Amino acid sequence: MAALDSDSDEDLVSYGTGLEPLEEGERPKKPIPLQDQTVRDEKGRYKRFHGAFSGGFSAGYFNTVGSKEGWTPSSFVSSRQNRADKSVLGPEDFMDEEDLSEFGIAPKSIVTTDDFASKTKDRIREKARQLAAATAPIPGATLLDDLITPAKLSIGFELLRKMGWKEGQGIGPRVKRRPRRQKPDPGVKIYGCALPPGGSEGSEDEDDDYLPENVTFAPKDVTPVDFTPKDNVHGLAYKGLDPHQALFGTSGEHFNLFSGGPEETSNLLGDIGVNKGRKLGISGQAFGVGALEEEDDDIYAMETLSKYDTVLKDEEPGDGLYGWTAPRQYKSQKESEKDLRYIGKILDGFSLASKPLSSKKVYPPPELPRDYRPVHYFRPVVAATSENSHLLQVLSESAGKPTNDPGTHSRHQLNACKRGELLGETPIQGAPTSVLEFLSQKDKERLKEVKQATDLKAAQLRARSLAQSASGSRPQPSSPDVGHCSWHMALSGGTATTRTSNFKPFAKDPAKQKRYEEFLVNMKRGQKDALERCLDPGMTEWERGRERDEFARAALLYASSHSTLSSRFTHAKEEDDSDQVEVPRDQENDVSDKQSAVKMKMFGKLTRDAFEWHPDKLLCKRFNVPDPYPDSTLVGLPRVKRDKYSVFNFLTIPETASSPVTQASSEKVPQHRGSDKSRKPSRWDTSKEEKKEDSISEFLSLARSKVGPAKPEPSPSVNKEEERAMESVSNKVVNKDVDSQTEGEGSRPSMDLFKAIFASSSDEKSSSSEDEEGDSEDDQEGTREADSKSSQETDLAEASSVAQASEPAPQEPAPFFPIQKMQIDEREAFGPRLPPVFCPNARQKLEAPLKEKHKKNKEKHKTKKEHKRKKEKKKKHRKHKHKGKQKNKKAEKSSSSESTDSSDSHSEEGPADLSPQELLRRLKRLPLRRQ
Amino acid sequence: MAFPEPKPRGPELPQKRLKTLDCGQGAVRAVRFNVDGNYCLTCGSDKTLKLWNPLRGTLLRTYSGHGYEVLDAAGSFDNSSLCSGGGDKAVVLWDVASGQVVRKFRGHAGKVNTVQFNEEATVILSGSIDSTIRCWDCRSRKPEPIQTLDEARDGISSVKVSDHEVLAGSVDGRVRRYDLRMGQLFSDYVGSPITCICFSRDGQCTLVSSLDSTLRLLDKDTGELLGEYTGHKNKEYKLDCCLSERDTHVVSCSEDGKVFFWDLVEGALALALPVGPGVVQSLAYHPMEPCLLTAMGGSIQCWREETYEAEGAPG
Repeated sequence: MAALDSDSDEDLVSYGTGLEPLEEGERPKKPIPLQDQTVRDEKGRYKRFHGAFSGGFSAGYFNTVGSKEGWTPSSFVSSRQNRADKSVLGPEDFMDEEDLSEFGIAPKSIVTTDDFASKTKDRIREKARQLAAATAPIPGATLLDDLITPAKLSIGFELLRKMGWKEGQGIGPRVKRRPRRQKPDPGVKIYGCALPPGGSEGSEDEDDDYLPENVTFAPKDVTPVDFTPKDNVHGLAYKGLDPHQALFGTSGEHFNLFSGGPEETSNLLGDIGVNKGRKLGISGQAFGVGALEEEDDDIYAMETLSKYDTVLKDEEPGDGLYGWTAPRQYKSQKESEKDLRYIGKILDGFSLASKPLSSKKVYPPPELPRDYRPVHYFRPVVAATSENSHLLQVLSESAGKPTNDPGTHSRHQLNACKRGELLGETPIQGAPTSVLEFLSQKDKERLKEVKQATDLKAAQLRARSLAQSASGSRPQPSSPDVGHCSWHMALSGGTATTRTSNFKPFAKDPAKQKRYEEFLVNMKRGQKDALERCLDPGMTEWERGRERDEFARAALLYASSHSTLSSRFTHAKEEDDSDQVEVPRDQENDVSDKQSAVKMKMFGKLTRDAFEWHPDKLLCKRFNVPDPYPDSTLVGLPRVKRDKYSVFNFLTIPETASSPVTQASSEKVPQHRGSDKSRKPSRWDTSKEEKKEDSISEFLSLARSKVGPAKPEPSPSVNKEEERAMESVSNKVVNKDVDSQTEGEGSRPSMDLFKAIFASSSDEKSSSSEDEEGDSEDDQEGTREADSKSSQETDLAEASSVAQASEPAPQEPAPFFPIQKMQIDEREAFGPRLPPVFCPNARQKLEAPLKEKHKKNKEKHKTKKEHKRKKEKKKKHRKHKHKGKQKNKKAEKSSSSESTDSSDSHSEEGPADLSPQELLRRLKRLPLRRQ
Repeated sequence: MAFPEPKPRGPELPQKRLKTLDCGQGAVRAVRFNVDGNYCLTCGSDKTLKLWNPLRGTLLRTYSGHGYEVLDAAGSFDNSSLCSGGGDKAVVLWDVASGQVVRKFRGHAGKVNTVQFNEEATVILSGSIDSTIRCWDCRSRKPEPIQTLDEARDGISSVKVSDHEVLAGSVDGRVRRYDLRMGQLFSDYVGSPITCICFSRDGQCTLVSSLDSTLRLLDKDTGELLGEYTGHKNKEYKLDCCLSERDTHVVSCSEDGKVFFWDLVEGALALALPVGPGVVQSLAYHPMEPCLLTAMGGSIQCWREETYEAEGAPG
């Protein structure tokens, strides 16, 4: 337009669109201010920029996928005739219309794609394609592509061509003398990877020799930086061999580069250092180097900046090789003086060294003797004793050492004391040098005895010392004569000691064991035919052979290395561990200390025991707690095996010490204890201990011996039969029983009363009725049953006293004593009981039953005990259980009501001060009222 | 805008008898609050377990299935299940809503004195007079306990569970604390048979009541004695003790029909609350409020602080 307007200058070429001419009188338009400039799409909609950096436009309707009407999904319609066609959404379905336009990412109009563009314009890509074609599995597959080369030139090319540019030339004014290279100027660092070698430029270099003065040249083309994305798995900048170059030798230099060797490159780098005073950053290596690291000499990539000219200067002297190919000729000259050439800045006062530093002298390691073999033998260490002096000698001989007199020791065998002795020093008194010196005098003597005995034996080896050895003195390693059959030797080599009672490999067969022992004895004496002799002559040859093997093996197995030691320790494994028992490794002990601590209220360390305890893994899981011992399979306290009858077991249970007292008074008790193998001490014992401090302790123990063990449980059910029997004894009682029963079965609330009534009987009855009940509750504590048995016998003795109590005389002095004791026993045995049932509102109802209770108790004492003795264990309680469920319950409850009972009895007997005041008062009142 | 924090209320002791419920199940062996204190469980000697709303006094459900008297019960954290143990040596897992027995764990050789759920109600721990604590798995169908803690030398009278500890009091006079996380067993000797133990609410102390009529507050970690509380009577029976809702007071049953309150720090007797003529067999303290349940004979009593006004529901 501008051209049209300016008619005067027809020949001027105008580019672009001219401004509208200004109207007359019109003021030039103000440019639209920036904030008012808007971007609109082709439909006039605003396009908003999304942020300064993202640069995106808004999409859809205000950044939504919808329209002004909202987002309407295509409604699904399908009928029999008109089936909905399965539509597969393509990427286009998610694109905006801009994307489909000419300049979008998926233009709809037909354009030639890059694939069909002329390849020649893009040399880099072309080269890559060639390379790919060469290395591709099917070489030449890209040849086809080359046939189809639609000529499409970009507008840039066309413009350039119009301006006279030709392919292959650089862009810019022509130059007179072709510069050596289009090089970045020296200050500019090169970043990125090296330019590809063997470019077209290389081949063009050759004909640069002839340079007429009047000829100008187009500037050299610049190979653009290769922005080819890396889409392979090769290392960075890795390039496969170009087969064209490799095979047809078009660029020999490519291969020759390697000939320079490391020093060449270092030299070249050194040159750079000289020239610039610093290294150029990244010099074409594939990988950068850390900022603090020295750059390694690159022996592989031969591309260095030094191959390029960094300074514009005149041609290099002499040779026609420029920059690119390293100036190999110079190398030889420079190399000699290379070391001395330092042209950096030299500080004042310093001068260059004229001589190279002398290198450090390295001395070679000493030469090994020719016959040296790098193998070390550890000679068996044998203590010098009289028995194995032979062996020692042999060993020392084989070791090439002069045989030592056993008496004298080599220098290294002396210890400090001995050396001191030799030097005539007085021995140091203070510090004992061996464990032995810590032993008491007595122990020392004993040891000495043992030692003497063994010495003696060694001396009398040949003598018949069977009796002696059997007597338990430590058997000795013997058999001085080294060398019979192999096993014999092994045995005699320091073992063969098996007379100790511990080793009875053939205990199951006494005859065999005897033969075995005989064999050992013979062997000890060094008899070669030990085996043959002791074998049973009646045996077959096969049996003999077998036994011989067995004996030999047993002797080896059971031989302990050191007889003295072995006899002092028990063995971890016994053939027969039936007489062993597992006990917790840690036990709470020294109760007495703790008691005193408690008395002094010194809780804390004194009263606390801490043990390692292993919770079950599942338990940890359930508690959401990490297993504290993930590697351990233990559960609970760590346990160790101990002899069942070991003294140590009893040491931890101090109560047993006091048991003899009770045992003395009743022979039944020991029985009971024997039968009770449970790990836990019987309650008796503990209670005994606790009570020991009481003034009535003697009474208690006495009573305990008499009275059956108090049962922790409320006593077993009172079976109806028994009640009946009791009823028959006294009419009075019968009436009451009936009353109570009807009452009990009547209404619910009365059950408490009922229970209270029946429970009362349990106290005194408990011991006797126990075993009957035992059947139904046999799993209840074993001690209990045992107790009950023993108690039955004692019941007899007690019966008389109880019998007296049978008549309801409130003030009966006689029974008081035993009964009181029983109560105490029970309490001790079972710990806290449940409180009595005591319903204030039910008091009236209670009273009568309570009275009955007392009476019944006493009667029961009498009758029951006889009863019991008859029935004893035979009676099964199953039926009672069913029948008397209620009663059972009550009886069970009796544990609580026992207390009332006991207090009852006390109250009747007068001097009781044990139970709560309230109870006492009431209880006292009750019987009185009743009678 | 910042109002000053309201001054914390001074601790009030529940001493107003709000309600007395006759449970009608024989002697009430134990009374227990559920986890949030809205309901309570009573263990009767007539083999039943009852669920109550103690404030309204309504019986919600009766659980029967025990073969003997029920001695202890506990509710799960989510109120979905109950466990109970009793004289029939069985530990029973109940479904609260249906009242059915979900599982019955048998294995104890004596009556079960105490039961507890663990924190997630996946394990029931039961202490028995057979001197063992057994850990029953509620998740699997195995009839055997996961683990049996048989270190005690005498009956177990009380068991409490924290998130990683099992605290057990035994008649042998020792308090044993099994620390699952450390894999350690701490045994504190108290001497006298222990009737009840409990953790303080802050988890730092253990309260131990024993048959020498003494309550002791022990430091959980060291076992040192922090306080001693005497004045009540507990020589024969297994009575409960506990700490008040904010650990300010120590509460214990007594055999002389009272409930004793001591100041935790000073150890002075704060209140002796007369309950009735009998023995206070069991008590339970509300987890959040000053509300106390006591059991005497066949009934339970609900106590609130003096200033308490029953909201909504009459009486």
